[in-house]
Amino acid sequence: MKLEVGEKLPELVKPAITQTQLVMYSGASGDFNPIHTVEAYAEQVGLGGTIAHGMLSMAFVGQMLKEAMGPRGRLQEWGVRFQEMVRPGDVLTCSGTITGVREEADGHVVECDVVALTQKGVKAVSGTATFRMLK
Amino acid sequence: MSGYEDFVGVVSNTVPNEVEKGAIRKFADAIGDDDRIYREVEVAKAAGYRGIPIPPTFSRTFDFGVIEGLVLPTNGLIHGEQRFKYNEPICAGDVVYCSRSLLRVRPTSGRMGKMTFFMFEGVVKSGSGEVLLVENSTVIQMGAGE
Repeated sequence: MKLEVGEKLPELVKPAITQTQLVMYSGASGDFNPIHTVEAYAEQVGLGGTIAHGMLSMAFVGQMLKEAMGPRGRLQEWGVRFQEMVRPGDVLTCSGTITGVREEADGHVVECDVVALTQKGVKAVSGTATFRMLK
Repeated sequence: MSGYEDFVGVVSNTVPNEVEKGAIRKFADAIGDDDRIYREVEVAKAAGYRGIPIPPTFSRTFDFGVIEGLVLPTNGLIHGEQRFKYNEPICAGDVVYCSRSLLRVRPTSGRMGKMTFFMFEGVVKSGSGEVLLVENSTVIQMGAGE
């Protein structure tokens, strides 16, 4: 990856989300809202079935950033908006585009746009990130 | 929406959280990230960390305490936005001190009907009081609420 405006961060295509993964994420995160794990409950509250934790989609984007930066990268600040519900079976593709680069004493500071798209091309989450590449 | 504004600026209790190596591994397993940096201290050290670092969104698993008296509705809440700002890496074995506060409450009405935006801030500090990480989350309540 070249540190240049317009350069794409390497894509991360995650395997299809499974219901088991949502159970694992509930346990690992402590978010036990049954809309993520109990099909009957999610139906009853009008969601038409379980939905993935927004934070799981954000974690996928975080993984994409970590892999794009490599071991010398340090995430400084980032944020996303949760835009669309994600469900078991969905395949998320995480990507980013560099929007700014500046040089500082201890390395480059890189700004980028980030997004996770579903297999239908719908934005699940999108936002911006700033990271530092250590020398 | 009466009442919520009274909680703006009120800070929760501070909760010590031990950053556990096993919790980091389970979190990495759950998100499907098999990176050895989350499992082997030698790999983390080779990348310049003091120890096994937490994944970027891991701090959401910390206990940030309770804002005394603030009760949000349990139904119709949506996580709208999430931000993280990192000052220093947090690693397995650290004990960090977490608290949160309600920054803003904003009722709106638009094409989706009535909505209320709650903006929270969580602060993670070291034992010496240094701010290591700040997270901001916006939670949206759909409908008139109550």
